[in-house]
Amino acid sequence: MQGYAIGELNESASRCRRRIVEMVYKAQSGHPGGSLSCIDILVGLYRSAMRFDPDNPSWEDRDRFIMSKGHASPAVYSILRDVGVLDDSDLDGFRSLGSVCQGHVDRKMTAGVDFSAGSLGMGLSFGLGSALAARLDLSERHTWVLLGDGELQEGQIWEAAMAASHLEVSNLTAIIDRNRIQNDNFVDEQMRIGDIASKFRSFGWNIIEIDGHDMNDILIALSEAKASVEPTAIVAATVKGKGVSFMEDNPAFHGAAPNDEQFALAMEELS
Amino acid sequence: MTGISEPGASRDGYGDALLDLASDERVVVLEADLGKSTKSCHFRAKFPNRTFCLGIAEQNMALVGAGLAEAGKIPFASTFAIFSERAFEQFRNGVARTGLVVHLCGSHGGMHTGQDGSSAQSTEDLGIFRTLPGMTVMHPCDRNSARSLTRDLLTHKHPSYTRTARNKTREIYSEDEARNLKIGVASELRAGGDATIIACGVMVERAMDAAEELSSQGIEARVVDMHTLKPIDREAILRAAETGAIVTAEDHSVIGGLGSAVAEILSEECPTRMKMVGVMDKFGESGSPDEIMNKMGLTSDNIVQRVVELVQKPGRT
Repeated sequence: MQGYAIGELNESASRCRRRIVEMVYKAQSGHPGGSLSCIDILVGLYRSAMRFDPDNPSWEDRDRFIMSKGHASPAVYSILRDVGVLDDSDLDGFRSLGSVCQGHVDRKMTAGVDFSAGSLGMGLSFGLGSALAARLDLSERHTWVLLGDGELQEGQIWEAAMAASHLEVSNLTAIIDRNRIQNDNFVDEQMRIGDIASKFRSFGWNIIEIDGHDMNDILIALSEAKASVEPTAIVAATVKGKGVSFMEDNPAFHGAAPNDEQFALAMEELS
Repeated sequence: MTGISEPGASRDGYGDALLDLASDERVVVLEADLGKSTKSCHFRAKFPNRTFCLGIAEQNMALVGAGLAEAGKIPFASTFAIFSERAFEQFRNGVARTGLVVHLCGSHGGMHTGQDGSSAQSTEDLGIFRTLPGMTVMHPCDRNSARSLTRDLLTHKHPSYTRTARNKTREIYSEDEARNLKIGVASELRAGGDATIIACGVMVERAMDAAEELSSQGIEARVVDMHTLKPIDREAILRAAETGAIVTAEDHSVIGGLGSAVAEILSEECPTRMKMVGVMDKFGESGSPDEIMNKMGLTSDNIVQRVVELVQKPGRT
């Protein structure tokens, strides 16, 4: 999908932010903070960078999007709603029995979801498999993996990072949602992950560092990543809970729903 | 069918099968620095473009397989049985749960692996993989059956775990006989009405020896090769129950393995007196395969003894 003006993409992100907060409020459970931090990136992907047909989300030769931090499922459902793969009633069922919108993204349940996540650290490996398959198929399709920064504490991430470089895949991009907060606390308090760019660079990856809420930055980075001959890691500086004042930079809203009063305030701020 | 290296262990059958399947371009092979041991090395030598060597990183291998499977490939991944356990949660969450078909082979399973000692002697693998919904679990007894059953995975709609053995075992099936094997259908190797020995993997040859010995004592024991532990052949177990005495034999913990799987069926559907020959909640140690198997009671003598106990000292039924 091409040809959107930056303003339109930002409007799309605003709609998605409202949906994220609505879903978590309605379900009274879910993960708003890490959904709000990565939603601008998802809008850039689905509305510009990705080879994706909303009318045929299971098109075999589509780009793959791997939401490795599967708890940020509201971000995925909200963008899939925005491009027309899901509808409002799908989102209304978020986290309820029988819903296509599972607590963590699940490829068996939701059209347009390529990967079943929920156990952190697995998505980059899956993305590597997708990228290798595309290479065998002589396909131009690209694989995009969204990782959390806390998630980088999982050792399997680095197994995959080493293998992607060793196997010289050029059609794989990891985007790190560097929101600096994980479940229990700030990443620096729980387990310092340090200089993410240097770490990936030392594993042989191409590095791009951006402001993860600047749509122009995002689009340029996605475009450069696709052109790179090395696997690319986009380190996106983000704010957890971005757009809702009391959620911003607040570890309490990693996995907590707003109450009635907070919901009203959030919707006012996002209007 | 001609093999690559003669004579054989079941791991050789796995290596043979990968070559048999290579004409299907969807088949890809994944290794974790043990291809020479699991025998995927033969495929790698001929089809390097479709072989991915992922280093000593089994967790990554499991999910790379899932990513390939999602895109229409048919991945065959292998490592030692014990290291497959390291990627268990990856297979649970990344493969079995997702409905993607990845085939995992764990070679060097059980006490039979011998000299490497307890760190390598996986006796939990069959049990843990059996708990995953939709997962097929196999433990073939010889080279030809391993080859045939692995080949059948090409059209199998479920992810699988297959344990193979490092060391050579007797040929139980000719190449022709092995062709008739089907995943999930047990194979009766010897007729008998006094008792049934249900065995898998390297214990099948010991079960055959035990039946021979029992026959000389006037006890005719049926021998069933339960090469597929899941889905298990319920009918074969219920037929075995008609003999009134069942002994299971496995190179695996009696907790969770073949004996447990058979007992799960019998206890609910047809309570039958049974005994389990297997690893009795212990770790092994270094030694030749025969030495450690003897020490652990994984012997034809032990099977004979258990059958005799059931047949000659009938208890409550």
